[in-house]
Amino acid sequence: MKQEDKQSHKRENKPEQAKYDIEADNLVKKFGEFTAVDGISFQVKEGEIFGFLGPNGAGKTTTIKMLTTLLAPTSGTARVAGNDIKKEPNAVRKSIGIVFQDPSLDEDLTGRENLEFHAILYKIGKEKRQEKIAEILKLIELEDKADVLVKNYSGGMKRRLEIGRGLLHEPKVLFLDEPTLGLDVQTRRHIWEYIKKLNDMHKITLILTTHYIEEADYLSQRVAFVDHGKIVALDTPKALKDRLGGDVISVQINKDIDTLEKHFKTLEWIKNVSRHENYLDMTVMEGEKKIPDIIRIAGEKNVSIGSVNLHKPSLEDVFIYYTGSTIREEAGEGMRGIMRARMRRGGR
Amino acid sequence: MDTNAIYVLWLRDVKRFLRAKSRIVGILMMPIFFLLGLGLGLGSLIHLPGGGNYLDFIVPGIIGMSLLFTSIFTGSAVLWDRQFGFLKEILVTPNSRTSVVVGRILGGATTALAQAFIVVVIAMAIGFGIHLSVFTPLAIVFMLLIAWTFISLGLALGSLISDFQGFQLVTSFFTMPLFFLSDGIFPVSVLPSYVRIVTYANPLTYGIDGLRIALLGTGTFSVWTDLIALLISSAVLTVVAAYAFTKTDVG
Repeated sequence: MKQEDKQSHKRENKPEQAKYDIEADNLVKKFGEFTAVDGISFQVKEGEIFGFLGPNGAGKTTTIKMLTTLLAPTSGTARVAGNDIKKEPNAVRKSIGIVFQDPSLDEDLTGRENLEFHAILYKIGKEKRQEKIAEILKLIELEDKADVLVKNYSGGMKRRLEIGRGLLHEPKVLFLDEPTLGLDVQTRRHIWEYIKKLNDMHKITLILTTHYIEEADYLSQRVAFVDHGKIVALDTPKALKDRLGGDVISVQINKDIDTLEKHFKTLEWIKNVSRHENYLDMTVMEGEKKIPDIIRIAGEKNVSIGSVNLHKPSLEDVFIYYTGSTIREEAGEGMRGIMRARMRRGGR
Repeated sequence: MDTNAIYVLWLRDVKRFLRAKSRIVGILMMPIFFLLGLGLGLGSLIHLPGGGNYLDFIVPGIIGMSLLFTSIFTGSAVLWDRQFGFLKEILVTPNSRTSVVVGRILGGATTALAQAFIVVVIAMAIGFGIHLSVFTPLAIVFMLLIAWTFISLGLALGSLISDFQGFQLVTSFFTMPLFFLSDGIFPVSVLPSYVRIVTYANPLTYGIDGLRIALLGTGTFSVWTDLIALLISSAVLTVVAAYAFTKTDVG
């Protein structure tokens, strides 16, 4: 709590406080002939959780490396916590924390030592250091294992230690590059809750890259879809899903289907009605609230309904809409076909 | 200079050194074999041109060898750090890369010197006698400068080369000639003049000669020649290492 006060205090005192913690302006990174990042511009508000979603090799990590001053952009620049990544890299480094995609711990040291060394590298005085380390160890629930060599940690423990380390120096902006990559479902959930808690309690701005759709959807306040080095869409998860035109309600009707189809087509809140055999598919906003209306109307028209099915678009549907491909290789072609068909009906 | 970064990197090397018991034993094996095999075995058959005990002659050479191997190995740890990701953690902190280089050098020098002292103790146990003189304390200075020179070389190599196999090739390409073409196991005077030129260009020659002056009281060059040669080599290689490390990629 103490540190929270201090942080808000720090913000108030800075007169030219940027409204945005990140302002990327046309960032480009080329590796020889290959363009990894192809003109990315975006802004992240203070205290926001911002997600970068895209397949492997889309340019997410390269963007993060540029924002964290580990890689110099080929062209374009960015301001992180109010400082230019090209002109004031040291000021940027002071205000950020990073949890890298690949492990970056010294496994021949204990967890506590890893934290201690990190604190010293950030010039945190001895007393404050002990206090912060104790606090962080409690937060990441590694108090018992603090004095065990990191090479004996499990994957989830290492990840937690890295996240804790990224927070130790109270960064204004924390970058999380694929924070749950390769972790089991339970640990992943745990880390999600943890990330949310950080953002709620400490008002840290979080930049998250992931290729897990659920992760981006669950955590991010706004999401940028990255594909082939470009941002193809950027909005809140809800707004992105709404861009597909809403939910699809599928109603099974055994008799008098024509009556109902005609009637539904006259209603303004139903955007799209299509029929296959004895099913009617309707695109509506906030589908769950429309189901009672549909049942009521059917009752009024004396048509009996066999079953009702509601499909809410997922972020993955939106991703496919914008990039023309699923984010994960394992999603089969059949699934993709269905999604595409749905997209054509509901979306454009 | 960021003293905090220098301190952390030094402390890290020392902690890791104290923990890696098997590594210490492994690294000490080679000098011990050399001491026993060359010093006692071959030494009994050898008559040095200027007279004197061959074991006494070779001990400074083996200390130099131990320092050379450990130092290049420690310096090259930057390669491992890149591989295991810790390099990113260091480079993203607000500390100058030069401080990181200095911290590395100091940490490596501490551990290299600790091993050199163990070699001295073992040598004394098998009959090596230190000839005490005003120069004796300089032994530490020479050890430090040898370590400094070759840690910088290792750091420069580790920063420039990113794959392990290539690195191993290059280091063995450096370490073996550096040792054999020094005055470590035989006096430079027995070499033909064209090989001698190479020996004179080798910083380890001066390091071992300096150690000989410090520990035995006699050497080929003057103590000043040895000191100045090593100061130049360590200064030049530190700059090279700092430059190479500044340019290195996190991978």
